[in-house]
Amino acid sequence: MQNYSIFSLARNALSHHKNWTEAWRSPDPKPEYDVVIIGGGGHGLATAFYLAKEHGISNIAVIEKGWLGGGNTGRNTTIVRSNYAIEGNAFFYEKSMDLWRGMTQELNYNVMFSPRGVINLAHSDAQIDDFQRRGNALRLNGIDAQWLSRDDLKKRVPLLNMSPDARFPITGGLEQPRAGTARHDAVAWGYARAADARGVDIIQQCEVTGLKIEGGRMTGVETSRGFIAAKKVGVAVAGHSTQIFDMAGIRLPIESHLLQAMVSEPVKPSLDTVITSGASHVYISQSDKGEMVFGGDLDFYNSFAQRGNYPTIEHVVAACCELFPTYSRLRLMRTWGGIMDMSMDGSPIIDKTTIEGLYINAGWCYGGFKATPGSGWVFAHTIAQDRPHALNECFSLDRFQTGHVLDERGAGPVAKLH
Amino acid sequence: MLIKCPWCGDRSLAEFSYQGDATIIRPSDPLSLSDNQWNEYLNLRNNPKGWHDEIWQHLNGCRKHFKARRNVVTHEIADTKPMDGSLQGGRS
Amino acid sequence: MNNPQIPQYRLPEGGRIDRSRPLSFSFNGRAYVGYQGDTLASALLANGVHLIARSFKYHRPRGIMSAGSEEPCAMVTMRQGSRIEPNIRATQIELYEGLVANSQNCWPSVNFDLQAIINKVSRFLPSGFYYKTFKWPKFLWMSYEKVIRHAAGMGKVATLPDPDHYDHMHAYCDVLVVGGGPAGLMAAKSAAASGARVMLADEQAEFGGTLCGRAEKISNKPAMDWVARVRDELAARPDVTLLPRTVVASYYDHNMLVLNQRTGEHLPTAEGFTPRQRIWKVWAKQVVLATGAIERPLVFGNNDLPGVMLTGAVQTYISQYGVLAGKNAVIFTNNDSAYDAAAHMHDNGIKIAAIIDNRKQTSPAAQKLSDRGILIFNNHVVYQAVGSKHVRGVNISPLNENGDKLSGGNIKIDCDLLCMSGGWTPSVHLFSQARGKLRWHETLTTFIPEKSFQQERSAGSCKGVWGLSDCLKGGAKAGAEAAKAAGFTKTRALKTPAASNHDMGDIRALWRVPQPPRSQTKRFIDFQDDVATSDIELAAREGYRSVELTKRYTTLGMGTDQGKTSNINGLAVLSEELGKHIPEVGLTTFRPPYTAQTLGAISGPERGGHFAPTRRSPVHDWHVSTGASFMPAGLWMRPAYYQQPGETMWDAIYRETKHVRSHVGLVDVSSLGKIDLQGKDSAEFLNRCYINGFAKLPVGKCRYGVMLRDDGMVFDDGTVSRLAENHFMMTTTTAKAGPVLQYLEYLLDVVWPELDVHVVSATEQWCAIAVAGPKSRELLSRITDIDMSNEAFEFMGVRQGNICDVPGRIYRISFSGELAYEIGVPSDWGLHVWESLMTAGKDLKVSPYGLEAMSILRIEKGHIVGAELNGRTTADDLGFAAMISTRKPFMGQRSLRKPALLEGERKQLVGLISLDGKTPIPRGAQIVVNPDGPTPVAMLGEVTSNCYSPHVENHIGLAIVKRGRQRIDEILWATSPLTKQRVRVKLCSPHFIDPQGERLRG
Repeated sequence: MQNYSIFSLARNALSHHKNWTEAWRSPDPKPEYDVVIIGGGGHGLATAFYLAKEHGISNIAVIEKGWLGGGNTGRNTTIVRSNYAIEGNAFFYEKSMDLWRGMTQELNYNVMFSPRGVINLAHSDAQIDDFQRRGNALRLNGIDAQWLSRDDLKKRVPLLNMSPDARFPITGGLEQPRAGTARHDAVAWGYARAADARGVDIIQQCEVTGLKIEGGRMTGVETSRGFIAAKKVGVAVAGHSTQIFDMAGIRLPIESHLLQAMVSEPVKPSLDTVITSGASHVYISQSDKGEMVFGGDLDFYNSFAQRGNYPTIEHVVAACCELFPTYSRLRLMRTWGGIMDMSMDGSPIIDKTTIEGLYINAGWCYGGFKATPGSGWVFAHTIAQDRPHALNECFSLDRFQTGHVLDERGAGPVAKLH
Repeated sequence: MLIKCPWCGDRSLAEFSYQGDATIIRPSDPLSLSDNQWNEYLNLRNNPKGWHDEIWQHLNGCRKHFKARRNVVTHEIADTKPMDGSLQGGRS
Repeated sequence: MNNPQIPQYRLPEGGRIDRSRPLSFSFNGRAYVGYQGDTLASALLANGVHLIARSFKYHRPRGIMSAGSEEPCAMVTMRQGSRIEPNIRATQIELYEGLVANSQNCWPSVNFDLQAIINKVSRFLPSGFYYKTFKWPKFLWMSYEKVIRHAAGMGKVATLPDPDHYDHMHAYCDVLVVGGGPAGLMAAKSAAASGARVMLADEQAEFGGTLCGRAEKISNKPAMDWVARVRDELAARPDVTLLPRTVVASYYDHNMLVLNQRTGEHLPTAEGFTPRQRIWKVWAKQVVLATGAIERPLVFGNNDLPGVMLTGAVQTYISQYGVLAGKNAVIFTNNDSAYDAAAHMHDNGIKIAAIIDNRKQTSPAAQKLSDRGILIFNNHVVYQAVGSKHVRGVNISPLNENGDKLSGGNIKIDCDLLCMSGGWTPSVHLFSQARGKLRWHETLTTFIPEKSFQQERSAGSCKGVWGLSDCLKGGAKAGAEAAKAAGFTKTRALKTPAASNHDMGDIRALWRVPQPPRSQTKRFIDFQDDVATSDIELAAREGYRSVELTKRYTTLGMGTDQGKTSNINGLAVLSEELGKHIPEVGLTTFRPPYTAQTLGAISGPERGGHFAPTRRSPVHDWHVSTGASFMPAGLWMRPAYYQQPGETMWDAIYRETKHVRSHVGLVDVSSLGKIDLQGKDSAEFLNRCYINGFAKLPVGKCRYGVMLRDDGMVFDDGTVSRLAENHFMMTTTTAKAGPVLQYLEYLLDVVWPELDVHVVSATEQWCAIAVAGPKSRELLSRITDIDMSNEAFEFMGVRQGNICDVPGRIYRISFSGELAYEIGVPSDWGLHVWESLMTAGKDLKVSPYGLEAMSILRIEKGHIVGAELNGRTTADDLGFAAMISTRKPFMGQRSLRKPALLEGERKQLVGLISLDGKTPIPRGAQIVVNPDGPTPVAMLGEVTSNCYSPHVENHIGLAIVKRGRQRIDEILWATSPLTKQRVRVKLCSPHFIDPQGERLRG
C-alpha cells in the first residue's frame, strides 16, 4: 500500500500527481474464497479489514452490487456517538468509539473524525429527568457525558434559540463530548484501501442473485459475475437485508424505511458541535465544507426508493429554523434519502443464522454509521470464530422471540417508531 | 404522494398515517400459538421490494383505516380499498 | 456616451430595462447606477465590473459566466444585518434602489485576496489531499480541521433572527407548465384553450425565457411582442395562474411539485403583508416541462478567468439588458449556435476578433460572418485564456488529425471577452426528479428525456429541440396532450406562428482542449469548487471510478449550483479517462431542489409560537389571571404552581401539596385524554383491551385499567367509567391521548371489525377538574344535586347530574390518594364551574394546585406516570400482576409467556426514601450498590420520580430496580455522577401514604 503522508503528498506534487497508485484494485472474482462478505459499504469493508487484521483470514471477497459506500455509508448525516443507556448497546457502541479514535492512523487514511461533541437538547422538565438518567447510566458505564445548563448552552452554541418564549424552550442539554462527526465516504474508502492492502478482493458492480445452501450449509453465492464458492458468507447490506435473506428462506424482524437528509449551501463556521433535539425531531451539524447538515424523522412508510416526500423536509427545516432562527436565510441546497433496515426494537442484529456459515449484520435503523468500526470488528469475530463476541451476544436474532429486546425508545414492535 | 382514501378521495400524504403490512393478520387465538408462531406475527415481516399491500389510516381526515397496494420502490399506488375490500392491480 | 449617467458598457437603447428609472446600488462599498429591469450582474457588467468573487478552494478570481440560475461563479453576499444572505448568484438578483451586495470568501478584498496564495500552492492540494495528510500527530487533527473549516464555507450566516416572513399556498391544477419560454408559453396557451386550469411558472421576472435575450422574430415582429400578447391572453383567463419569479424547485411523487415565488425579493424590503417568498405546493394532474437548456463551457486552460463567458449569456446581456460584456470578443465554439450569437454581438457593436471553431468543416452558418470580414479559424481551439484578473487574450492553435493534440502554430489574439459554447445541455433536473429515464443522444452530445414515469411531458429545448419554430410546435403539442390527459378530451394543438428554426448544426465534442506539452495550466470543469480536469484524472487513476465516487472524491458538482454547467463535462472527461462510452459511466442522481431554497420559506409560517399548536384548557385564562406559572406537557400548557406574594416556587408547591392533604384543592386535568366509547360491544371491546375485566363493570362505576401492547409491555393506564349499558368514557395519560385513540381505532377497523363500537376523542369537549382533599365532598355537595354521601356515592362511582347548574359528571376517583372527585363538564362551562367552585369553597379555603403539587401527591401515593410507563415495563414490573385476568383473552396476553418476561432479574417498581432524612434523591439517578466501585459500575435500577414529600417529611422517590420487591428495606445508593450528587436510599413500598386506601374511601 502506498503510504499517505504529507511527504508522499509533496513528493507526488512534484510529479503532478501522475504517480499515485490505485487506492484499491478492481480484481475479477476468484472461483472460491474463505469468506465472502456481501455489501461493500462501511460495515462490510470494515468486517473484511478486521477479518484480515485480527483473525488472519485474507482470502476474502467483498462483493458490492453498486459502488463502494453507495448505500447508507454515503447518505447519512455523519454523526458518531455512543450515548446509549441500555447496557448491551452501551458497551458495543463504546467499543466502536474506541476504534473511531484510532481509525485515521489504523487505516492510514484521514477519515476526519472530529470529536466536537453531540448535544441532546432537553425541552421540558421530564426530558431533563430522562436525559440525566441516560447521562448517569453513561457515566457509570465509563462513557463520557456531561450536563449543560442553559448558560452553558448559550456560551457553547451562540446561535441557538435560548428564548424562554420559544415554543419548546430549551431547558438544558446532555452532551457526549467525545462524540462528533466523521467524513462518511472516507470511512468506506479508508477501509477499502486498507482491506485491499491486506489482500481482500473488493468487487464492485457485482450483484448477488442467489445463495447456495447444501444440507443447511453455505457453499457459495450466485452473482451477476458468476458463482463464487465460500463456506462462510457474511451479509452486511442494511436497507436490503430482507432481499438477501429471502434467498435463504429466513424472514427477518425488519422493515425497510426511508430516511431523508439534507444540506444547506456552505457557509463559514457557525456551529461547532452536533445538536439534536428530541422535541423537534431534528439533528444539525456543520460539515467541514461548511454545509449545514440536517436530518430528522423517517418518512414513516415502507420504501426502497432512496427518495422521499416533502412533508418530512418541511418538518425538519421548520425545526431547524426554530432552533436556529438566524438560519432562516440560509438555503437548502440538496436533499436525498437512504433506506434504513428498521428492526422491531430499534437495535441491530449481528449473529449467526440457522444456516451454517451464513452470518447476519442488519437492522441498523438510523444508527449504522457510528457503529461502522465496531460492527465490522464484532462481525469479523462472529464469522471467524463462528460465535458472537461478548459485545454482540445481545444482538441475537432470537431475542425478538424470547423478549430480550433492546428497545431504547420503548416503542414496541413497530418498525417505524424506532 | 397523493393517496385516495376510499371515503374522502385523493388527499395529501400529510393527512395519513402508515399502519404497516396488511398481510399480517392478528391470530384469533394467540394462546394456542407456539413461541415461534407468535414471533412470526409480532416481529417478522415480508418487507417485499416492490408491490406491498399495506394499511393506512386517514388520520387527519375521516380516521378510517383502509388497505392500499403500493409499490415501495416507485411509490405508485395501484389501488385502495376499505379494510374488507380486495385490492386489484399492480402485480405485473 | 458622453452622458455620465450611462455607464461605459451600456447600449444607448434597446433591452428590457427602463432607462427612465435609474437605480443606485452598492457593490463592495462602491456606488454604482443601474436601471429598473437590470440584474445585479447586468448592472455590474454595464459598469465594467467583472471581478465579482473568489473561488471556493483556490481563491481564484471569478467573474460572471452566465445570465441565469446556472451561474457557478458570481456569488455575492446580499443585504446587511439581519437580512444578510450569503451565496447569492448575482445573475438572479433583480436590481432595486439601494441594493447592497458584497463579495465573500476573500480578505481583505476581492481584488486583493491574501488567501489567493492557496492558488500558488494548489499543486500540493489536489482532490482529496486531506484524506492523505493531517494524520499525525493525532491530537492536532482538530487544529488542522479548524483551519480547513475556516477556509471552507463561502459567505457568512446572519447572526440575528430573520425579520422577514414567508407564506405557503396549496394549489391544485389540471396542467402545470414549468418554464415561460416559447415552448412553455405555447403549451400554456394550448392547454388553457381547452378549458383546463393552468398554472405557468417561470424563474424570471418576465416571461419569454430565451426570447428575452435574443433578437428573434415571431410572425416577422419582435418575438417579445408575441410573448406579451400570449401573456396578456393567459392573464385574462380566470382559470390560468401566472407565476413569474417562481422557480419550480422539486418534483415529488404523484405529481406533487414545490414552487418558490420570490414575492418580495426584488423590493428593497418586503413590507407589510407581502411575504419575502411564497412556497406553492402544487398537485398537478399533468405537467409540461419546458425548462430550457443550459450552455456548456469549454474546458481549456484558465477558462475560469473573469471575462470568459457563455456565448448565449453575452447575447442575453445585450438583448435583455442593453449591456456589452466586452468590446473585443473572441468566440470559441464547437457548434453553430455561436454564429447567430456572433452576428448578434457584431450588430450591437462588439468587435469580433475571431471565431475559433474546433470543427474541421466551415459551417454554412459561418458564411454570413465571414462575409462581414470576421476571421474564422476552423479545426482550431483556444487552448488557454490569458490574463490575471480579466481575460486579455487567447492562445489558439490548430488541432492534429485526431483532434487530441495541438499541432503547433500558436497564435495569440487579444480580446477583452471570450465567449465559449460547448453545446447545450437540456435542463432535465425536474424530469429526472420525477424518475424519468434519460437517453444519451450521440449527435446532440447530451442526455435527453426518453421515457416519463409520472404524468409529465417535456417540450422545447429541455427535450433537445433547438429551433424556435420547433419549440413553439412542440409546446403547442405538449400543452394539448397534457390537457387531454387531464380529461379535456376535445383538445387539439393550436397553430403556431412563423419563426426561425436554426439548430446548432453538428457538434464536435471536445471535452478537454489539449494543452501544450508540460503545461500545468488548470482547465476547470466545476468553476465553483475548483474541480479541474487533473482532479478527475486523479480520481480515475486512484480508483474512484464510479461517477458517484468521482463526484464525492473531487467534489464535482457539489457546489451551490449543483453542477448545472459542469456535470456533463465532468462525466465526459471521466468517460475518456476510463475509455468508456458516456452512457456506460452514467449520471449522478438529480436531487431536489433545482435551485437552493431559503430555509425560512420552507418552514413558512411554522415558526416561533406557531412552530407547533399550543393547547390550552378551557380554564387557561383563569390560571393566567391568577399568576400561575406554566409548564409544557406535550402540546399543552399546564399550570405548574400558583405562587403567592412572598413565596418561593418551592414554598408554593409545598403549600399546595399540604393544602390538598388538609383541606381541598382544585387541579385542572383537562389535558388528560378522554375517549368516548359507544355501541353494544363496548364492554367486550374494553375487556379485550385491558388486562383486567370490564365486562361486568356496573353502570355508574369506574375502574382503573392497564393496557398492554401486543408485545406485553404496558402501553397506558387510565380509568373507564360505565355511563350506560353501552356507553363508556375512557381516560388516558396526557401524552398517550392520541396514540391510545389511534390504537383503539386500529383494533376496531382492522382486528375486530365485527365489534359494534364507536370511539371518538372527547378530550376537548370536556373540561376536567379534580377536586381533592378531605373537604372535597363538602365542597361538591354545595354545588350539585347529586347525592354526595359516602353511602350514595361510593369510591369508584360515577354520577351524572347538575354541577353549578350545568349538566356534567362526577367521577369518584383519586390520583392524590385523598378523598377526591373529578368533575367533567362541557368545555364551554369549564370556567364557570371552576370559578363557582372557588367561590363556593371560599370558607373551606379551596385553593388551586398545579402540576408540581400533583406530581408530589401522586408520588406519595405511588401512582405511575410516563417515566415509569417507559415502554419497557410490564404490568408485573409495575405491581399490577394481581390485576391480570386469567379468564379472558386480552391484548399482549400471549407475550407474557416470553422467557424475558418471566425472568427473576426484571426491574420492579419500588419506593425510595432518603436514608439520612435530608439529602435529596437526585433526578435521573441510577441505583447502585457501590457508586465508587470499578467502572463499569453495575446498575440495579433507576430513579423514575423524585420529590420532597411534605407528608413523609423526607425526600422520596419511585424507582424501577432489579428484583426490587424482594429488596424492600435494603439500603442502596442513588447516584448521579452527572450532577455530582448521591444519596443512600432505603427501598420501600411505593405507597407512602395510606396504603390501605382508607382516605379515598372515607
